Amino acid sequence: MSTIQSVPLNAYILLSSVIFSIGVIGVLVRRNAIVIFMSVELMLNAVNLLLTAFSVYLGDASGQVFVFFIMALAAAEVAIGLAIIVMIYRNTNSIDINVLNRLKW
Amino acid sequence: MEKYIWLIPLLPLAGFVINGLGRNVLSKGVIGFIGSLLVLIAFGLSIGAFFQVKSSGLPINADLFTWFSVGGLHVNFSFLVDQLSSIMLLIITGVGFLIHLYSIGYMHDDDGFGKFFAYLNLFVFFMLLLVLGSNYLVMFIGWEGVGLCSYLLIGFWYSNPSYADAAKKAFIMNRIGDLGFLIGIFVIFNTFGSIAYADVFSKAAHTPGAPFVLITLLLFIGAVGKSAQLPLFTWLPDAMAGPTPVSALIHAATMVTAGVYMIARSNILFTLAPQTMEVIAIIGLATAAFAALIALTQTDIKKVLAYSTVSQLGYMFLGLGVGAYTGAFFHVLTHAFFKALLFLGAGSVIHAMGGEQDMRKMGGLAGKIKITFVTMLVGTIAIAGIPPFSGFFSKDEILAAAFAHSTTFYVVGVITAMLTSFYMFRMMYLTFWGKFRGTHEQEHHLHESPPSMTIPLIVLAILSAIGGMIGVPAVMGGHHELGAYLAPVFEASHKILGEHELSSSTEWTLMGLSVGGALIAMIYAYVKYVKSADVPVEDSEERPLLANLSYNKFYVDEIYDFLIRKPLDALSGFFYNVVDRLGIDGLVNGLGKGTIESSKGLRLLQTGNVGFYIFMMVVGIVAILLYNLNLFSK
Repeated sequence: MSTIQSVPLNAYILLSSVIFSIGVIGVLVRRNAIVIFMSVELMLNAVNLLLTAFSVYLGDASGQVFVFFIMALAAAEVAIGLAIIVMIYRNTNSIDINVLNRLKW
Repeated sequence: MEKYIWLIPLLPLAGFVINGLGRNVLSKGVIGFIGSLLVLIAFGLSIGAFFQVKSSGLPINADLFTWFSVGGLHVNFSFLVDQLSSIMLLIITGVGFLIHLYSIGYMHDDDGFGKFFAYLNLFVFFMLLLVLGSNYLVMFIGWEGVGLCSYLLIGFWYSNPSYADAAKKAFIMNRIGDLGFLIGIFVIFNTFGSIAYADVFSKAAHTPGAPFVLITLLLFIGAVGKSAQLPLFTWLPDAMAGPTPVSALIHAATMVTAGVYMIARSNILFTLAPQTMEVIAIIGLATAAFAALIALTQTDIKKVLAYSTVSQLGYMFLGLGVGAYTGAFFHVLTHAFFKALLFLGAGSVIHAMGGEQDMRKMGGLAGKIKITFVTMLVGTIAIAGIPPFSGFFSKDEILAAAFAHSTTFYVVGVITAMLTSFYMFRMMYLTFWGKFRGTHEQEHHLHESPPSMTIPLIVLAILSAIGGMIGVPAVMGGHHELGAYLAPVFEASHKILGEHELSSSTEWTLMGLSVGGALIAMIYAYVKYVKSADVPVEDSEERPLLANLSYNKFYVDEIYDFLIRKPLDALSGFFYNVVDRLGIDGLVNGLGKGTIESSKGLRLLQTGNVGFYIFMMVVGIVAILLYNLNLFSK
């Protein structure tokens, strides 16, 4: 019985779902690009949490390996994403996504 | 001899390769020497083959290799030298050599000297293939090859657009005939299961239900194209655009007689199709008369000879049509001598005149270019059919056979012979008698041609004068050696046709009539063009109606233009403007336009609003999620 297993699985699922939903809602309703970015990170980490919990309960380490990959990927994504946001700010003096509507015909 | 037969066509081919590759490297002397020498060696071999066939009386078969074998069709690349082809070999290589020799002098100042000899050698090669082949396919290769060489040589001075057009015209008109010939070969194979002469001819007599009329008509269409008969004759006069030796070799002595050779070769098939024979006789006679009428008023010295060639070819077909195969072939032989002579003589005149071909600018040349004058006079007497020169004997034989067949044919034939005599002597009188009508500069330039040009003239003049002696009819105390020699080739046909013996008094009367007619026409021409010194009017002046019709070639080209070219043009215009521009282009452009228009509508979906994009993404993810859940629940 590890520490993780002292908490029931349902609790992990519930927590992850809540965090994920907060992330989705954040992405949908916020207009600040950085906040949207943070919401995306929330979704990613909600998934990470769930993967770890399942991995422990199933006694299969591959779920946790997966999490490391996601973290590495997320780091790379943040680096590029933040760079883009910086550039957007330099060009438009704003990071409001509603201002960024020139990407069309 | 069998072992060396393949060398006969191969030597000119070697000449083509050497002269063709070395045309810019070798000097003119070397090119002329190689080109002529190889044909001369081929001539020597042909003489050897001729004497072997003559002494043994048996044809020489030379099987080279199996060309291909598909299903029931086995085609050997093999040569056959029999009585018929041995004489053709002698004509092609003998007259061919003289014309090569002549070309050395005639083409001396031309930049395309090497190219010219290469083409000429290639022509000799294909012509030899045509007559040597022992099946229809080898003949067909030669047939197509000479057509190609004819095209190349007519358009030899291709930088002149009208010459290039004449070449294309010759090629296209020949194609029409060639298609008939090719289909004829297909039908022969379909009927007899073979295309080798030996098989086809031996089976023909024992296959009563075979479609002889169809086969022979198709073969005849091929001959009509190649030998410039009505209605496909208009290419030959235009073919005079080529250098004069070409006109002499290809468009007088050899290639245009290929049709006659082909029919004489297939004589048994034609004999078994009497309807076709009638068609051939009528078309031949019509061509002879029609071309003679046009020749009456031509002013270009080569055009006169060209129409005269068409007319004489008509005679040959008349001979074939009435079953006088020997007579027709005899005329091929004598015609090769005197028409090559006349063309080369005309070339010599043109050479002396510095390129002038219009007889209205000539006159009084007899004293200036004596050898040319005398040799051309011999040729003219020969073609006019005045004894004892060669043309008389061959023409008389055809006319006698025509008389035995139908009096109408004979009458038209004699009238045509009178016309022939008239226009040929008209040409002579306008060129050599009277006063010089050219410019002072041309008069100063007048000179006899070099020996390489006059020697062929002299040799051909001798042949034209005495060539008829090999076919002196029995009624004149001769033995008709040519007839006896060729007898094995036409044996089967003669058995079917039977001999139509004319009484000797009838024959003498017929001869008297044709000779008398020719002499009257000659005297009439003398009175008109020498005594009254009549010169054909300039193009700008008015002519009497009939003369105008004749001068303008009865507007045959214009009629073809109207009947064939104009409707074809209109049809092409329709296909271009309606089918292509509207139909096909419309479809392709319509697809493009449709894509652009629908994209115009679709691109409005892109709002550029990032929030909306993200929303749609989430909607998509949820949709996928729901879809998968749904699947798993099953």
